[in-house]
Formats: sequence, structure tokens, C-alpha cells
Amino acid sequence: MKSLLWALTGFTLLILVFIIVDISVKGLPQVTPLFLFQDPQDMGRAGGIFSTIVATAYITALALLIASPLGVGTAIYLTEYTREGAATRIIRFGAECLAGVPSIILGLFGFVLFVMKLGFGWSILSGGLTLAIMVLPIIIRTSEEAIKAVPQEYRLACYSLGLSQWQAITRIVLPAALPGITTGVMLSVGRSLGETAVLLFTAGAALRTPLSIFDSGRTMAVHFYILAREGLSMPNAYGTAAVLVISILLINLTAYTLMQRFMRRYS
Amino acid sequence: MRTQGKFIERVLFLLALSAVSSLILITVFIFMEGLPLIVHTGLGNFILSTHWAPTKGHFGIFAMIVSSILVTLGALALGVPLGLSCAITLAEFAPSPVRRVLKPALELLAGIPSVVYGFLGVVWLVPLIREHLGGPGLSLLAASIILGIMILPTVISISIDALTAVPDIYREGSIALGATRWQTVRRVVLPAASSGIVTAIILGMGRAVGETMAVIMVAGNALKLPTSVLDPVRTLTSNIALELAYAAGRHREALFATGIVLFLIIMLLNFSATLITRRR
Repeated sequence: MKSLLWALTGFTLLILVFIIVDISVKGLPQVTPLFLFQDPQDMGRAGGIFSTIVATAYITALALLIASPLGVGTAIYLTEYTREGAATRIIRFGAECLAGVPSIILGLFGFVLFVMKLGFGWSILSGGLTLAIMVLPIIIRTSEEAIKAVPQEYRLACYSLGLSQWQAITRIVLPAALPGITTGVMLSVGRSLGETAVLLFTAGAALRTPLSIFDSGRTMAVHFYILAREGLSMPNAYGTAAVLVISILLINLTAYTLMQRFMRRYS
Repeated sequence: MRTQGKFIERVLFLLALSAVSSLILITVFIFMEGLPLIVHTGLGNFILSTHWAPTKGHFGIFAMIVSSILVTLGALALGVPLGLSCAITLAEFAPSPVRRVLKPALELLAGIPSVVYGFLGVVWLVPLIREHLGGPGLSLLAASIILGIMILPTVISISIDALTAVPDIYREGSIALGATRWQTVRRVVLPAASSGIVTAIILGMGRAVGETMAVIMVAGNALKLPTSVLDPVRTLTSNIALELAYAAGRHREALFATGIVLFLIIMLLNFSATLITRRR
């Protein structure tokens, strides 16, 4: 029985290895400097992925610019300003439910509110706002854990020196929790890079390099989806997938190491 | 000083409402856009008819509901045994250095985007099914296998947490009574961790029901009730994603109404997961 369990575990690992090896072996040879810094030509059949990298960076940056203050603020409120009660339960339950909302529903929502009702159209702005809602629960959860991990003595020392609660939080607690909070932000970047369903209906799929937040932009993941689905170019699809998967894995791995080191410091 | 503190607290409270208010906004907008159609067609007609011809005014999503359920059950059939085996191996049998490497490695699976899973499904799995089992390859089976793999990280990491939360005294007591390691796991640890494992399965189900891009790519998207696992199917999620770009009027409302059904299923799953966790 034990050997069966080990065999099944091995099989699962094999799937992971297979995915990474297949994407790397077929994709990495495509990833040349030219591929990275040239715009897609002929709908993506030729050329590189530069405009999609720009669009991905804009949308991800915008999403995190919006979600980070909201998420960290929520975490500070939950850990420093309230006792456990009805309010915290509702806030946490809300964040948990939001984390469970599938991306296609978020896409529908972003489409009707930002694209149609508010008239932002298919744009970096609509995509960034919707992604911000998607990553908010990740930032709340990791920031809360990080702030909780800062020892109580730090706060007590601040008060004994006559600092106000807000001063203690901004000068001591938040800096101490920063590596943990950064982890949450990095995980959110990883999540945003790979998101497709949300962006297809909020940011659109225009191949031009977006110049303002009201321009439509095609992210790497959406570009990859279109390349694969329309069968435009297998080598370019694999190349895009390689850039996507390897950057996400590196970001997640860094985030994980950062969190481990951070948690070890305070335990 | 005091008033400043009060002011800061109020601002933070407003920020803290962001998640809840987003959730409320999402609910309100999805229902506002979709409910008129359900009222117009009638709930029974909407969810129990298999006739979906939006340009001719027929909006029945029964086939998609059935497909979503079947694809999810298929994903569970693969993902739960595989995921549980991994969780048990890592939590109970693996030496801790092995666990320290393998757990994050398996969690990395969660970071791989769903379009990549879908793509690899099209490149590797679909031809395999077409050649060896017949049919078009794009099928209920292909979608179930890909989803089964995609829910693994959820099932594994929550099950591991549930297993490691079982106090060591339970294991020591059982081994002191002469039970083997395996008997201990099966008779003592697994029952003690059962509510956590059920939560893991429910959340995995939620992921499978809600997954869109991978399913669109491998499921074939045909508009009929499947008669075998090799038939192409269209799920609730793919229906929305396939048609939203060009839908207008009643047709668009029907897609939001499809969203309502999906949203209710997901919320029901999340809610039961929370209830189970809280009871523990």
C-alpha cells in the first residue's frame, strides 16, 4: 500500500516535470532577444511578443497599485484595530468567497461594470481594475499572516517609548512585516501573468502596444491563448508559453523562499 | 492625537470593506444583467431545456449544466485519489527533507496558467484519446483529465494541512496498541482529518466547476447532452466565454444568466466548505 502511495506521488511529480520540460524544450529555443523585443507580425505568425509584454506589465502594475493599499489596509485593520467579532468574520468571509469566485465570473463583472457601464471600453484600465479584485484576497491573506507574525513585544516596546499606535504600525510593524507582504504582492503578480479569462473580456486583444490606460492591450497569456486556439504559429505559441511559465515559476519560487525565511526569523 | 487615531481607524475600516463590497457588487451586477432573462424565459425553461439557439430566442442550458457536473465528477475521480495519495505520502511517510522539497514543488503546479494546461491537453492528450480510444479527441474525458490535474494542488495542500493538524498523540497511541503505520493512517489519522479532507475535495470541486480556459481548449464545446466520455461537451463556463464577445440583447442576458447559475453553484460549494471548517 505504501509503495502504491509513493508510486502515485511519483506520478504526480512526473506530470509537473513533464509540463516544465515540454514547455522549456520546445519553447526556450524560440526565446531570443529578437523574440522578446520585437512586436508580433502578421497576427503573431511571425515576429516576437514585445507589445504583449508591455501590456502585461501595464495591467499587472495597475492591478497591484490598486489592490496593494486596499489589501494591506484590510490586513492592518483586521490584525491591529479590531478584536475578533462579527465585523472581522464578515470581512474574512467576504475575502474567502471572493477568492473562490471563478475568473469567468470576474470577467463578466468587469465587462458589464467597467467596459460597458462606466464606459472605459476594452482597456488597460478595465483589465487592471478587474484583476485588482481578483488578487485582493491573496494580498489580504498573506499580509494578515505577515503582520500577525511580528512579535507582540515590538508593539509593546513602541508604546513604552511613547509612540502612538499608528506610529508603531508604520515605523516598526509594517517594516518588520514587509518581506511577508512582498510575498503576497509577488504571488499576485504570478497570478496576474497567467490570467486569461478575465482579460479577454476586459482588456481586449488589440495587438498594438498600449500607450495610455484607455487603450486595449493583449497580455502574454491572452496572446498565447489566441496563438494556440487559432493555430497561428506553434513555435511562437511555445515560445510565449516558455516566457510565461518560467517567469511565473521564478516569481512563485522567490515568493516562497522569501516567506520561508521571513517565518523562520519570527518563530 | 486621539482624533487622528479615530480617523485612521475609520479609513482602515473603509479599506477593509473593499473585499466584501467587491463581492456584493459582483453579485448585484451579475444578477441585474441575468435575472431579466430568467424571468422572461421562466426558470424551468432556462435550466431544464437542452435547446440553446440564442439567435432564435431559445435559451436552455440543461446540457451545459449536465456537462459541467460530469466534467467535475470526472476531475474528482482522477484528482482526489491522486491528490490524497500525495498528501498522505508527504504528511505521514516522507522524511522531512523530502517533504520540504516536494511540498513546494507540488504547489508550483498551482502557478501554471490554465491556458498552458489547455494547450498541453490539445498537443498531447487529445491526439492520444483520438488515436487510441476513438471519437474526436476533444471530449468529456480530455476535459476531466486536464481538470483532474489542475485541482491537484488544491486537494494536496489542504489535505496535508488537515493531516498535519492531527495531534501526534493519536499516532503514538495507535502504534503503542500494536497497529502498523498504515493501519494507523487508515483507521486513526484519516478519520480524524476527514473534515479537512472533505473541505479539500469541495474546494477542488469549486476550482473544476469554475475553470474556463483549459476546458474551452480541450472539451470540444458541442451543444448536446453527451452519451459517452468520448463526446465533446460544452460547460457553463465555456458557454459564457465562447459567446460573450459577440452577444447582444437577450443573448447577452442569457450568458449572464448562465453566470448566475455558475455563481450559485460556486457559492454553495464555498459556503459548505466554510461550514465544515468552522464545525471542526
